[in-house]
Amino acid sequence: MNAPAFRASPLPTLRLLTCGSVDDGKSTLIGRLLFEQKLIYDDQLSALERDSKKHGTTGEEIDFALLVDGLEAEREQGITIDVAYRYFATPARSFIVADTPGHEQYTRNMATGASNADLAIILVDARKGLLTQTFRHSFIVSLLGIRHVVLAVNKIDLVDFRQQVFSEIADGFAEFAKPLGFHVIKAIPISARYGDNVSSKSERTPWYEGPHLLEFLERVEVEDESRAAPFRMVVQWVNRPHLDFRGFAGSIASGSVRRGDDIVVAASGRRSKVARVLFGGEDVQEASAGDAVTLTLADEIDVARGDVFSSPDSRPEVADQFAAHLIWMSGENLLPGRSYLLKIGAKLTPATVTELRHRVDVNTLEKLAGKTLALNEVGFCNLATTMPVAFDPYAANHQTGAFILIDRYTNETAAAGLIAHGLRRATNVHLQDLAVTRQARARLKHQRAAILWFTGLSGAGKSTIANLVEAKLHARGVHTTMLDGDNVRHGLNRDLGFTAADRVENIRRVAEVARLMTDAGLIVLCSFISPFRAERQLARELAAADEFLEIFVDAPLDVVMARDPKGLYKRALAGEIKNFTGVDQAYERPESPEITLRSAQDSADALADQVVDELAKRRFIDLL
Amino acid sequence: MPTYIIDYMSDVPFLAEARPPVTSSLPLHLQRLESEAIHIMREVVSEFLNPVMLYSIGKDSSAMLRIALKAFHPAPLPFPLLHVDTTWKFREMIAFRDETAKRLDLRLLVHTNEEGLKRGISPVASGSAVHTQVMKTEALRQALDKWKFDAAFGGARRDEEKSRAKERIFSHRSAAHAWDPRNQRPELWRLFNTRIKPGESMRVFPLSNWTELDVWEYIRAEQIPVVPLYFAKERPIVERDGALVMVDDDRLPLKPGEKPQMRRVRFRTLGCYPLTGAIESDAATIDDIIAEMRSSTKSERQGRLIDYDEQGSMEKKKREGYF
Repeated sequence: MNAPAFRASPLPTLRLLTCGSVDDGKSTLIGRLLFEQKLIYDDQLSALERDSKKHGTTGEEIDFALLVDGLEAEREQGITIDVAYRYFATPARSFIVADTPGHEQYTRNMATGASNADLAIILVDARKGLLTQTFRHSFIVSLLGIRHVVLAVNKIDLVDFRQQVFSEIADGFAEFAKPLGFHVIKAIPISARYGDNVSSKSERTPWYEGPHLLEFLERVEVEDESRAAPFRMVVQWVNRPHLDFRGFAGSIASGSVRRGDDIVVAASGRRSKVARVLFGGEDVQEASAGDAVTLTLADEIDVARGDVFSSPDSRPEVADQFAAHLIWMSGENLLPGRSYLLKIGAKLTPATVTELRHRVDVNTLEKLAGKTLALNEVGFCNLATTMPVAFDPYAANHQTGAFILIDRYTNETAAAGLIAHGLRRATNVHLQDLAVTRQARARLKHQRAAILWFTGLSGAGKSTIANLVEAKLHARGVHTTMLDGDNVRHGLNRDLGFTAADRVENIRRVAEVARLMTDAGLIVLCSFISPFRAERQLARELAAADEFLEIFVDAPLDVVMARDPKGLYKRALAGEIKNFTGVDQAYERPESPEITLRSAQDSADALADQVVDELAKRRFIDLL
Repeated sequence: MPTYIIDYMSDVPFLAEARPPVTSSLPLHLQRLESEAIHIMREVVSEFLNPVMLYSIGKDSSAMLRIALKAFHPAPLPFPLLHVDTTWKFREMIAFRDETAKRLDLRLLVHTNEEGLKRGISPVASGSAVHTQVMKTEALRQALDKWKFDAAFGGARRDEEKSRAKERIFSHRSAAHAWDPRNQRPELWRLFNTRIKPGESMRVFPLSNWTELDVWEYIRAEQIPVVPLYFAKERPIVERDGALVMVDDDRLPLKPGEKPQMRRVRFRTLGCYPLTGAIESDAATIDDIIAEMRSSTKSERQGRLIDYDEQGSMEKKKREGYF
């Protein structure tokens, strides 16, 4: 017998999502791809010809869309209602296509299709160009963490195959997709109806030099980030057939595991070593992301369904409060404070939305105030769970950062959730009692630990004053350290930009670091614009009670613009810098800061003295 | 902080037996599909009280059964198999079913709609639509109610038929076993919503993302036994309305002048023999079958005479509780 002639598939299956609106030709494109791969059988083709005459919109020609619009209601209405999955393979690769409706009322279906996709094809009608819906599709795709995008400029035949039309759309898209974090954007001019650049190069677009759509899909590498990530495995089922075997069955969410590896149970902090790795019923040396395995451990430790195994040196967060994006999927609106069931990994716990921080207009990305979320709306929320759960931010790990909310009464899936970050310090992972307490460390320094959080507009004088405060404290023998916005962005946070989301993460990281430094007994001076109240509140919540002093360096906008020590306002006003606080991004003034410094009126030195006096008054440092 | 110092090589004697993974012979895309199916099965066993696996004896069931054995190894299968027997299956299917249950030491439940039998329902006398409704759809509902199963695995794949393409992996059924395609729960990531109310049930399709080719390649790689009817052989055939029907026993009334001819045929799908069309073929091994499938211009369900009853017929059947 010959060696098995498996499909030559050096690249893993590509799971892709197609998005476009009712008339963009999405179903036609998929039908065309299947047809040209000879994946439509004779009997299906004869059914298609029959259907085309009955329901078709293309006259005498075959309507490929009918091939993929499965349900009777859809065929009658000529729209795709649900998510449909299509399968095809070429000699180079196999594909799973999620075909989802693009209309606003079907945001939930698009999110569903996107949740398991590696790549998105965003269709645009060449005659209409970029529309609001294009932006909506791109946002949902980006929110769900897809980093590879094909911009299929369809119906190029209807604009006479003009290069200029294509280029304008492609350039426009590249511009507006900038904040969405895509790694690859490939624009291709196609005609789904006639097959131009679908699975062969079209002679009618000689100016287009790139690959045709199928060639691109066959070759694109969607790097498997989950394999490189730290080890995570969600325990689904405890396998205990007899007293001599106790295995933990589950799928590896990320990273890999080998026999002899140290592992830790995230929520309890208990450790053990991996004794056996069973994969497909056989002992193996190693298994990695995507594999459904059974592990046995060297110790009898308490492990149950829903627990998360991780490597000890890179553990997930464990918390009962976190911030997350929610995509609302139920006809019944979100009720903050109401109890839902939250499923994350294999864990089910009651949960409530404690605060809707803002809604997101899926068409403009604008943040809107709101008290509730309706079907197909997206919002950013704080949630609290009854039991602490182990998780990673969705951006870092889709499997451990995603959850669903279930309505406790109807059992409907009410929402999909993507975790941004925890809201409280993950106390449960650090179960070990520290022999030397934070208070003891501070006492040795004759001080109390504190976070001095300087907030204010760029150019208000935060860093100048903070530097002076530190110099004065140092002169008095106080142990301090400084976290400065510009400096942190060169190191710890150099991967972050200035979008609202990145600013939140910037502040979260800084707050975490500041908190660690207060554990060492230090007085930590943090100098950050930190324009949003919510994030300053987050920083305050992360700090121990009474150790957080918000210091508002208050200077009017016209004053700081006139000062403009770094020339940044000039550049922002010229449009060279986006998302600049005070210019095109709001600064939310503190409502009740511990200290307010009016830098337009007093000298920096006097203001620094004001801070030092306040610290002495509050007994953070000894009175002289 | 306690530190564990473990000489695990001596504590865990079976490590020496560790072999390289047998599954490494599986191509990557099949490994992924297998792991996904295992994940789904483990969710069901963890979250439902009384699951069952629908066993139809065909190739998809054979693949699904192998995956289930792997998913729960070394424990025995934590659920029984259920076969809904219309009494019109090919004899070779029944023999294979009983042999498989014995060889793998499985709990096999067989249910037949006795009331339908008494009414004389058969594919020959009643036609395919009524026979399927009574002896398959109704019979399945009876069986699920009789044993109070709250979840049932099926081997259906989304690539089989258009309405299947939109069915969820966890497909919710009302207390009357009905499927409402307009009101399906969204399925995101691998987070399956398994919640049901008393009396309701879930149909679960672990092979949803497999194609016919995937199933055959898996059967080949794993050397899974399948019913011999899949392989070409000389069989007694009559031709009716262009379909090749095998005369499996003397219950098939022959029309005047009709005489079974020995023809070299095989089956792509298996069901009730009077309703299952054969194809002319020389494919006698799995390699042959895979090669034949790659060059075929006919879909798999072309041999299923029941799908032609009417437009949208599969969707209609499913709404009524057909698998």
